[in-house]
Amino acid sequence: MSAPILRIEDLRVALPAWSDRPLAVDGVSLAIARNEILCVVGESGSGKSVMAKAVLGLLPAPHVRVVGGAIHFEGRDLLRAEEEEMREVRGGRISMIFQEPMVALNPLMKVGAQTDEIFRVHTDLDAPARRQRVVELFSDVHLPDPERIPDSYPHELSGGQRQRVMIAMALALEPALIIADEPTTALDVTTQAQILTLLKELQGRHGTAVLFITHDFGVVAEVADRVVVMRNGRLVETGATGEVLRAPQADYTKALVAAVPSLHPRHASAPDQPAPALALRGLNKVYGGRAGLFGGPGRRVHAVRDVDLEVPRGRSVALVGESGSGKSTLARCVVGLERADGGDIRLDGENIAGFSRRQLKPYRHLVQMVFQDPFASLNPRHRVGDIIALGPTLRGTPKREAWDRARELLGMVGLQPEAVGRYPHEFSGGQRQRIGIARALAMEPALILADEPVSALDVSVQKQVLDLLDDLRQSLGLSMLFITHDLRVAAHVCEEIAVMRHGAIVERGPTSEIFADPRHEYTRQLLDSVPGKGWEH
Amino acid sequence: MNTFRQRFFGNPRVIGGLAWLGLVIMVAIAAPLLSPHHPFEIVAQPFLIPSVEHPFGTDSLGRSIWAGLVHGARTTLVIAILATLASVAFGTLVGALAGYFGGWVDDGLMRLTEFFQTIPSFIFAIVLVAILTPSATSLIVAIAVVSWPPIARVVRGEVLSVKAREYVQAAVLVGQEDMAILFRQVLPNTLSPLIVTGSLLVATAILVESALSFLGLGAPNLMSWGFMVGAGRSFLRDAWWLVTIPGVAILLTVLSINLVGEGLNDALNPRLSDL
Repeated sequence: MSAPILRIEDLRVALPAWSDRPLAVDGVSLAIARNEILCVVGESGSGKSVMAKAVLGLLPAPHVRVVGGAIHFEGRDLLRAEEEEMREVRGGRISMIFQEPMVALNPLMKVGAQTDEIFRVHTDLDAPARRQRVVELFSDVHLPDPERIPDSYPHELSGGQRQRVMIAMALALEPALIIADEPTTALDVTTQAQILTLLKELQGRHGTAVLFITHDFGVVAEVADRVVVMRNGRLVETGATGEVLRAPQADYTKALVAAVPSLHPRHASAPDQPAPALALRGLNKVYGGRAGLFGGPGRRVHAVRDVDLEVPRGRSVALVGESGSGKSTLARCVVGLERADGGDIRLDGENIAGFSRRQLKPYRHLVQMVFQDPFASLNPRHRVGDIIALGPTLRGTPKREAWDRARELLGMVGLQPEAVGRYPHEFSGGQRQRIGIARALAMEPALILADEPVSALDVSVQKQVLDLLDDLRQSLGLSMLFITHDLRVAAHVCEEIAVMRHGAIVERGPTSEIFADPRHEYTRQLLDSVPGKGWEH
Repeated sequence: MNTFRQRFFGNPRVIGGLAWLGLVIMVAIAAPLLSPHHPFEIVAQPFLIPSVEHPFGTDSLGRSIWAGLVHGARTTLVIAILATLASVAFGTLVGALAGYFGGWVDDGLMRLTEFFQTIPSFIFAIVLVAILTPSATSLIVAIAVVSWPPIARVVRGEVLSVKAREYVQAAVLVGQEDMAILFRQVLPNTLSPLIVTGSLLVATAILVESALSFLGLGAPNLMSWGFMVGAGRSFLRDAWWLVTIPGVAILLTVLSINLVGEGLNDALNPRLSDL
């Protein structure tokens, strides 16, 4: 390994007094060489982002501050550099790529002008030369039509294009080090795959060192040369990517690696086709189209078009698609949160399409939903018992009985029955998701609709919640429609997969068949984009 | 993260505000004990400078300023608090219905709110009191009528954001009725901005009440701070204490309420003040 570009030695960063632990980063040492991609992996709260911010001197002082250690970069200690000096380093020598390009870009400024600003501040180039550089950069990151894109505003670009602009800006002054903080987490899988390829290509061409922060082992397998695993501010394991992924040493790393759902598709248990618990026929949903008071006709969005789908009794079907594919709208139509514009929704043979809320009431218990965000899906002012018992009580179960049932359900989802008396804020994200599952089960539904139930959770917790859902479904004989963007998750819990794009289902079949022989071009593209697809543990 | 209690009571400005407010409230409750004289009763010769016998002096008719101050605290506080409660109740109802049901309900209620907001509030209050004839009740009505629109807008905004949360959808899915969802799931989660706005509204209500009384539109047989300032203003050069003492009382009370209100805001939304 050549001499390191960045060397962090025994870095300690203190958190404010009221936090759950005194140090966000506790004695971390690491080094990155030229032309190397170092992945820092960890779950939320592991201190990985705080460490990156410490390198750039961007910690929210005085609450979070460095209390020890050194950060050596190009012959100086960044922790002891003057603010003036740091500004120079941040602009030219180290640059940063953020998670959410829409927030990192100024929405009122054309992207070309934002890139141009970097050259105006840091170089002596004149206007035509700067424009020339901007166009070069934009074609370097493979933006389509690099002559025209500089004159676009951020909102006119797609998420992937915005992230390409961010990368172009990060590369503008040929930095020695790029810090990328979860740069692909907000992107769709296919876009993520393109951005990762681009980052690797550019890094190889420019010889830049990259400090890549992520929570996703698939991404690690895709890009990293070396890996650092962090937990609670400490360094748990470090090593070459292949070794860490294939033969992790630390228990924590082992658990993390094991928690990544494998891409091995699950096989359908029985070949028979029982009567469907849910059947959709020609379902359509169109948003907008209503003219405003003064505006012209509103924009119409055909969110769901002519969808046919069945969920057989006792089976689990994954509805896979990227953001904007209409999968959540479809779910909202099925549970009656949206009214479909056409087609049949048959629950246990009964068509409920177009029913009003009053008409739906007798069918409510048949289908229940597990929501995405464990922090928004439980009312913070209600006790857990009240949250779970609400549905049964409304259906006429006496309160005492409903609460007894709630205790039982909490036991089933792996929580203490005493949790009924506590409030949601006393639980972690994974535990809250378990409470959400108990709430859905309390109605004794035939069909569970799970809308990205694990995408807001840490990897190690994801696996537990998925396994819990799977166990409960099989032991209670439930059917499940599982909405996800993640093919690994779909392969792990579902016997069948339906792939959705632009509101329509493009391919549908048993998971194993789709994985072995994808027919539709888009399905192939999705499968190719799964990060770390070549890596199997 | 420290608790709400620590954040609220650990703030010295809150303690200062609470101390003065506590004093005013106690004085208002104990008014008949602290000053056996009726505030309109003539107790000595006029224009006595503050002394041991008459701690705050006497006014142009020989009435005790101390008696006026303690009984005025009662009037001012009762009117301000009742007016605030009325406007918070009405504003919350309007805002909650508009935000929750949306569509034409929202359009109708919000146009009504804007109609009230377009009329300059103090002039509107004067007109209302003049039409209703001055009395404690008409003061309360007038203050409530001019101060509910901001409450309605705050509540509407909060309801709009809370009703999109997933626990509200979950309640719909288990079959809870709209009104139950609104009152059990949504409104309890809009309380913190409501408490802050409401507490600051008390200060505004005191100012409006004082201003109306100053103009002679106050309750005719009740002593109030604004009335005292109004009655003493012609003698400002000869007897400064007639205006100054009740004026300072108004100033300190309004300031204290604002300090406590801001303290509440900081304690309820710790992130805003912290980072």
